[in-house]
Amino acid sequence: MHTEKLILPDIPNLHRIDIYEEQGGYQALRKALGMKPDEIIDEVKKSNLRGRGGACFPTGFKWTFMPKQSTKSKYLCANGDESEPGTFKDRAIFEFNPHLFIEGALIAAYAMGIQTIYVYIRGEYAKWIQLLQKAIDDAYAKNFIGKNVLNTGFCVEMYIHRGAGAYICGEESALMNSIEGDRGYPRIKPPFPAQYGLWGCPTTINNIETLANVPIILSKGWEWYSKIGAPKQPGTLLYGISGHVNKPGVYELPTGVLLTDLITTYAGGVPGNKKIKAIIPGGSSTMWLRGDELEGVKMDAESLKAVGTSIGTGGVIVMDEDTDIMKVLTRITHFYHHESCGQCTPCREGCGWMEKILNRFVQGEGALEDIDLLLDVADNIEGNTICALGDAAAWPVQSFIRKFRDEFERRVKKTPTIKKYIPPPHLVTIEV
Amino acid sequence: MLSEVNLKKFEDLKKRYPTTKALTLPLLWLIQEQDGWISQDSMKYAAELLQMPLSHVYGVVTFYTMFNTNPVGKYHIQICTNVSCQLRGSAEIVDQVCNRLHLKFGEMAKDNRFSINEVECLGSCGTAPMMQVNDDYYEDLTVEKVNHLLDKFSKK
Ligand SMILES: Cc1cc2nc3c(=O)[nH]c(=O)nc-3n(C[C@H](O)[C@H](O)[C@H](O)COP(=O)(O)O)c2cc1C
Ligand code: SF4
Ligand code: FES
Repeated sequence: MHTEKLILPDIPNLHRIDIYEEQGGYQALRKALGMKPDEIIDEVKKSNLRGRGGACFPTGFKWTFMPKQSTKSKYLCANGDESEPGTFKDRAIFEFNPHLFIEGALIAAYAMGIQTIYVYIRGEYAKWIQLLQKAIDDAYAKNFIGKNVLNTGFCVEMYIHRGAGAYICGEESALMNSIEGDRGYPRIKPPFPAQYGLWGCPTTINNIETLANVPIILSKGWEWYSKIGAPKQPGTLLYGISGHVNKPGVYELPTGVLLTDLITTYAGGVPGNKKIKAIIPGGSSTMWLRGDELEGVKMDAESLKAVGTSIGTGGVIVMDEDTDIMKVLTRITHFYHHESCGQCTPCREGCGWMEKILNRFVQGEGALEDIDLLLDVADNIEGNTICALGDAAAWPVQSFIRKFRDEFERRVKKTPTIKKYIPPPHLVTIEV
Repeated sequence: MLSEVNLKKFEDLKKRYPTTKALTLPLLWLIQEQDGWISQDSMKYAAELLQMPLSHVYGVVTFYTMFNTNPVGKYHIQICTNVSCQLRGSAEIVDQVCNRLHLKFGEMAKDNRFSINEVECLGSCGTAPMMQVNDDYYEDLTVEKVNHLLDKFSKK
């Protein structure tokens, strides 16, 4: 198995530009500036790089959506909103290898004919914003960013845009509205960002980790890169493991690593050697797996799809056998209710209803009919909203009901307190 | 009102965006970093600087949870209770902080030293449980660590 770390190698002080250059940094940018933009896009396409922001979209393919000729400005937004519960990988890039990301963003901009890059970072990451700003300043000073990059005539600016506490701003169209100075409301698609993005101009949005892969592909070649890990989603991944493991943290390993290996070999297993009750494989939005389903499951898009879930952000959350998982699901649902932007009724109301029903079960006040009611609400949110936050709220609930129905059943109150619906007194029923 | 230094910063930010409206978030950050919160008067002031209606500024301030529409304590403590922190004992941390400071979420101490709030995942799930105090993250928390920190903040 490929074990070399590409994104977060163990090199002391790699965040410093002198060390980064000593290690061959910014050579990929030099190489790229000597290539035709289309050749770069082709290289990325052939590498099979897929987005690390959650949706696994093929990156090179996304870049071809950008119009070649455009009378308008074009923009690149690097998505560092990182607010999906269980996800904490992009911050490691800002801290330990910021220049790899910067270099990747610059290559992407050159390949798509873009002159302005906005790096959107969640507001709470004040420290990491400072670290990245320092790296950007150093790159400006070395003429890797600016009016005439390395005297090639390529002109590009890079600005950090600080968020202010809103999970929804990680959604690409909400992110653009937030940069434009508005509330972070997702937009209806189409039109897609490549046609009508920031200020109505062609725009591409990529995750921080996605862009950090680009210099590696350029310097090592697509053939080399595409052989690492799972063929359909190659490369290494920054897995984040949290919850009930002995050594939680970020682990860089190839895609397609065995989930059980990740938990046991790398993250040190479950404290007290307890059994695993459930895991969430890729951040809070992904479907749950039961502890007895993990054998042989690999961490890549295809394998996880085969067991009915998805790779998401690669943030694995582990729950041991003593966990009150109903409380966990309720907390996650509370999160989506809190973060819903409120534009779509199914998401705004539905998330609240789901939370309310789940709370009844947490308190042992649920009724048997509540299980189907909950599923009905979740099913009616899924697919009926402007953005995927609605789906993200529905999926955990749907999978939980499918896999842990007994958890509900044993919390059903013998004599339910739910009363028959009696209309309020001011409503008059008219007989016809 | 922004200080002269901050007003200069605001002017410098203009070259980054094609519209003035895009400066809404950067300007609100300048105001909050200077004053600690964003008052009604500050919102009016921001609207003038941006040449936007007050309703726009108000709408933005109230949408984003990090913008404080009320003053916060000298030490503004925010505790994550989301999934990974919940699994690693955030409830205990919450109890400890609340009991020691005699405060509930959303409250501020009478001497304005402390205020506390519950927050959603702050991207420290691998070092849970965690809390943020002003701009700083405190991770891998235990009750002892919390006590130690609160002792420190009470003296300073
Ligand atoms: C509710 C919601 C939140 C999201 N949050 C993030 C985020 O924090 N970071 C991120 O990179 N992508 C996030 N995404 C995905 C983005 O919309 C987008 O697909 C991604 O940034 C594209 O980058 P990629 O193709 O490089 O993966 C989110 C999507 C949704 C629906
Ligand atoms: S699905 Fe939810 S978060 Fe997304 S646009 Fe609709 S209301 Fe807003
Ligand atoms: S769940 Fe608390 S920091 Fe992520």
